[in-house]
Amino acid sequence: MERLQSINDLDKLRESIIEKNKAFEKTITLCGGTGCRAYGSESLKNAFERELQENGLSNKVRLIFSGCHGFCEQGPIVLIKPEGIFYCKVSEDDIASVVSETLINGKIIDSLLYEDPVTGNKITYEKDIPFYKAQKRIIFSQNGSIDPAEIEDYIAIGGYQAFSKVLKGMSPEEVINEVKVSGLRGRGGGGFPTWQKWNSCRKAKDNVKYLICNCDEGDPGAYMDRSVLEGNPHLVLEGMLIGAYAIGAEDGYIYVRHEYPYAWENAEIAIKQAKELGLLGEDILGTGLNFDVDIARGGGAFVCGESTALVASLEGKAGEPRDKQHLHTVDSGLWDKPTNLNNVETWANIPIIINNGAEWYAQIGTLHSKGTKIFSLVGKVKNTGLVEVPMGITLKEIVYDIGGGTPDGSEIKAVQTGGPSGGCIPDRLLDIPVDFDELTKAGSMMGSGGMIVMDKKTCMVDIARYFVKFLEDESCGKCLPCREGLKRMDEILTDIVEGHGYAGSIDLLEELAFVMKDASLCGLGKTAPNSVLSTLEYFRDEYMAHVEQKRCPAGVCTALITYLINTDACTGCGACKRNCPYEAIVGERRKPHHIDFEKCKKCGICMDVCKFDAVEIM
Amino acid sequence: METSMVDVIVDQHKRKTWALISILQDIQKQDGYLSQEVLRRISERMEIPLTRLYGVATFYKTLNLIPQGRHSITVCSGTACHVRGSKRIVNEIMSFLNVEPGGTTEDGEFTLNVVNCLGACAIGPVVVLDGKYHGKMTMPKVKDLLVKCRS
Repeated sequence: MERLQSINDLDKLRESIIEKNKAFEKTITLCGGTGCRAYGSESLKNAFERELQENGLSNKVRLIFSGCHGFCEQGPIVLIKPEGIFYCKVSEDDIASVVSETLINGKIIDSLLYEDPVTGNKITYEKDIPFYKAQKRIIFSQNGSIDPAEIEDYIAIGGYQAFSKVLKGMSPEEVINEVKVSGLRGRGGGGFPTWQKWNSCRKAKDNVKYLICNCDEGDPGAYMDRSVLEGNPHLVLEGMLIGAYAIGAEDGYIYVRHEYPYAWENAEIAIKQAKELGLLGEDILGTGLNFDVDIARGGGAFVCGESTALVASLEGKAGEPRDKQHLHTVDSGLWDKPTNLNNVETWANIPIIINNGAEWYAQIGTLHSKGTKIFSLVGKVKNTGLVEVPMGITLKEIVYDIGGGTPDGSEIKAVQTGGPSGGCIPDRLLDIPVDFDELTKAGSMMGSGGMIVMDKKTCMVDIARYFVKFLEDESCGKCLPCREGLKRMDEILTDIVEGHGYAGSIDLLEELAFVMKDASLCGLGKTAPNSVLSTLEYFRDEYMAHVEQKRCPAGVCTALITYLINTDACTGCGACKRNCPYEAIVGERRKPHHIDFEKCKKCGICMDVCKFDAVEIM
Repeated sequence: METSMVDVIVDQHKRKTWALISILQDIQKQDGYLSQEVLRRISERMEIPLTRLYGVATFYKTLNLIPQGRHSITVCSGTACHVRGSKRIVNEIMSFLNVEPGGTTEDGEFTLNVVNCLGACAIGPVVVLDGKYHGKMTMPKVKDLLVKCRS
């Protein structure tokens, strides 16, 4: 690719790409997100290429192997444009008919359409699917139109236009003011106003400044940042370029989890292509602006999501945080230089704000939380996947209207947001809107966007213990309240779930939680007790059942449950007996079976393999 | 691993300290772990004290200081996988292969790792066998997977 010498060159390139793409009558977008890849979408790609070749369609139909479309539950997903036909759960055997029936003959294949679980109707077009209808996809919708490894695709949909707008006629102060008016707050979890960070970093007195994009998405149950960087790396780069111009930085780093190979590979390709075109590097578009970006891979430490720990990691050290009260990273961050760190989704919002204007952006959302937020809607919910919603939407709308409720139609018990630092919001509070401050008031937090739905079969004590164990494992060990506090909390919770809890256990747990909140050094320790405190507040009776009655109402804690076979429902098919690894099931064929409690290790395999729901938990 | 290979990888990353974790990961890819000899060489080439390098290598979960099995099984224990029963999947693998998380089977065939979140939450519980993601795992499915892999 030839290097662009001016903003004008970029506009010309865009026109030529659009002109070139006119040769394609149709586009097949095959989802290559992690979920769809796990369902085999890579082999579908080869099959499509083969079929298009054999039918002489390679020059007329464009095949895009795109990033995530969000509806991971229905993968692999195929989208045919311009019509917007949505095929789901597509297998390799379907490809030949998709090409011959739909592409050549224009017929819709009924068996590949999405079936609305409420009405039972088949839905042909993506825009009509309830999962997408209730969303507002200003960031995520681009994923479906581009191949993340092709900079031309991004340019064709208006990519780098926000950056040229800034170069053409906005001063750095005006850019920062635009971000201020938009009301954008950091999407990494804390919700700090983005413009304030930028402004402080711009004003910091030093010639060398750094930008960091945080894609060390460590929250268990969240994968939004992964999917944005994987599916649309140039959007993030463009956001960083605008930030570099506004703040006055010449070097940037994208810190990506090692566990996200497609994310760092796609980001590496994007950087290489942007450099070739002169959109990164020295004298960008002939304007004299210099900015370069490198990829640094994370090492698998949750604490590195914290800005000072991430900075330590980039400096080649163990990722231990430092006290931020007296020295902020915007004044002294990476190698003691002013450093502005934003999360992937925050950076991705920037070009959209510049392109559409701050006023337009500020119309979306609530008074103090503007724009959209991407959530990873997972757990006990029918439509799992990534959803982008306007701030202000209620949790209920997300989990029911978009998520479709629980898979078996049972009641939702709680929704967990904010990852290990967040909390569990009970069903009776699901009317609260998605808003930084409202979620914090409810004892949880926005976090980076994990939203885990829990039903009656989820034990809240077990969940609290899960997060405490997670954080115990991830605590860097630098400060005592976090290091020791988590260990002790784990001990108390383990006692409770194993039936050894005593009358004072819960009070002790609560006291410890408050000490940790007050005395820990960094955000990890300060927020670590949230899962315990929120479950204690809303689900205290479940704790009491474990402690006083030695009972787990959700039937999860193995020490407190017993598996039984309901002899009325058992057909004697023998599936449980064959699959039990401990030979704990007895019974003759076609006669009700029984569990030998002496031998039973409560692994639950019998329950999994029983087709008649005859295995029950007591 | 030859120390010359260490030099090649360190040089590929231009001996940059910000790329230290990537360097260690790329070197580890060769043998599956970082030997004492390899760490000493990196320390020399990067001009980082061995004590600090050891601190880094033991701090980050993706880095191993002990040899790994031929096949790697990683079970995700992220929240979404947890509420869908990943703990039982881990127990099943542990008893089937007689191996603890972080450990390797006696025959050197499998290393079992339990990790916090692989970011494939929509298809949980997730098991990754030699880099390939397997979604919506159940205990019978995971057993089939291991039996097939062994044969």
